[in-house]
Amino acid sequence: MLILQNIRKTFHAGTVNQKVALDDVSLTLKDGDFVTVIGGNGAGKSTLLNTIAGTFPVDSGSITIDGEDITLLPEQKRARFLGRVFQDPMMGTAADMWIEENLALAARRGERRGLKWSISAADREEFRRLLAELDLGLEERLSSKVGLLSGGQRQALTLLMATMKRPRLLLLDEHTAALDPKTAAKVLALSDRFVEEGRLTTLMVTHNMKDAIAHGNRLIMMNAGKIVLDISGEEKKRLTVDDLLHAFTLSTAEEFANDRILLS
Amino acid sequence: MNNPITLLYSLPGALAQGLIWGIMAIGVAITYKILDYADLTVDNSLCTGGAVAAICIIGGMDPLLSLVFAMLAGALAGLCTGLLHTVLGIPAILSGILTQLALYSINMHIMGKSNLTISRTQYDLLLTSAQIPRAILVSGLFVVVLVIVLYWFFGTQLGCAIRATGNNEHMARAQGISTNRMKVLGLMLSNALVGLSGALLAQYQGNADINMGRGAIVIGLAAVVIGGALLGRRENFALRLATTALGGVVYYAILAVVIWAGLSTSDLKLFSAVVVTVFLSAPHLKKKWAARHPAKGGAPLC
Repeated sequence: MLILQNIRKTFHAGTVNQKVALDDVSLTLKDGDFVTVIGGNGAGKSTLLNTIAGTFPVDSGSITIDGEDITLLPEQKRARFLGRVFQDPMMGTAADMWIEENLALAARRGERRGLKWSISAADREEFRRLLAELDLGLEERLSSKVGLLSGGQRQALTLLMATMKRPRLLLLDEHTAALDPKTAAKVLALSDRFVEEGRLTTLMVTHNMKDAIAHGNRLIMMNAGKIVLDISGEEKKRLTVDDLLHAFTLSTAEEFANDRILLS
Repeated sequence: MNNPITLLYSLPGALAQGLIWGIMAIGVAITYKILDYADLTVDNSLCTGGAVAAICIIGGMDPLLSLVFAMLAGALAGLCTGLLHTVLGIPAILSGILTQLALYSINMHIMGKSNLTISRTQYDLLLTSAQIPRAILVSGLFVVVLVIVLYWFFGTQLGCAIRATGNNEHMARAQGISTNRMKVLGLMLSNALVGLSGALLAQYQGNADINMGRGAIVIGLAAVVIGGALLGRRENFALRLATTALGGVVYYAILAVVIWAGLSTSDLKLFSAVVVTVFLSAPHLKKKWAARHPAKGGAPLC
């Protein structure tokens, strides 16, 4: 359903800070794939997600969703395909608006917004039902400002907002990295549930090797802007943290060897 | 000079003027508070509104209908600033300054000279400074209608999209909102209200003047921050708009008092700047003070 072809992205091209963030990356996702993305700092994981979301244009390559070329589509027009949860809990919600107003905004993701009152009584009932399923007591706080919620509550709400109008692709960008371990586990479990219930095609970036192994049906590892490992199915089920560490060491050693060649 | 009776006499006029400027302040609140955009266009779009209304009235148009054209002219000024910012990528403050500068020439072209008189004896004006009770009634009515209409508008899907844009652009775009379009729309709406305020002001004072909007942004901000202080911790949006307009009234009441106390009119701008500085810096200074003087009984430092 998602096809990335030969994507290249260089930041600060032509300056001393030049950085190749994505180096000829190609990736194909099947319907219902839940892919975890792992890799070190600066490996290109977040750039990969932002490229799909349209946060910035790519240098070359193409992006297709269900046969539709979206390479040149601006970020807000891709929103109708995508549900997104960010690393920063502040980023996915409007802090000064009420919980129900945030949900109403998400309920019309990618649709025209007109002069109808944004929340009807029926909407409110629906929001209350959805929030009750989060089991955080938010259903009693529809007209609380989102800014008053904790980081975990905000991520759970953002997750709900990203999935309540079924996205064709869900992008989770280290969405538990800023949370304490207990809350992170809760939000991860919630993510699993939403993905399963909606049978959502998902890309989840994570720093945590255990999480990358425990979730999803496919795992890719990135290093220096390239996909260096792509494991799925039975093979992924047997994967251990040691295997990943070994693969990671191999790929970085290769990079190191290349550097040495350049230096000598 | 410092007879309390003179102060008392000057207050109704201050109330009327405060309400008219309150409409302008509501416009400023839309950009400054809702869109988080410091728009300096208003310094001259106020005059554009006044000039268009004056020309329309002199040409024989009904003064009420002239307000519509004043609002359209204001909206066009906002459109211009919005396009400079979103399409041409010019920083927010600079786009406003550029439009504001250009409007000076435009306003001169509209009026043909720097001051246009619209005499209340010649035209059936909506409000004039000669009939202050009526002026208070008319401008108060406009404020009430605007608060109701804007309360409705910012509760609609479109209005919520504008608020989300001002609150969190990342989130807005992730929800498919064109943040650029919302900024342009907000700027148009804001300057339409400023144009309306200018048109009412021109009728009230009996002329449109090329300098009538000079420093308007500071008066607008003063009303917004005073309104914020009046609002306190309450959250109601309609109340926020109403207190902003009341902020305009309080501001003019303060002016009436300081003029009565003997401040020369040429010092008023300095005074306004100081008032706004005090209000804008108060939250920051309060935080600094709190950081340096931790409350007793708080956690020990070591």
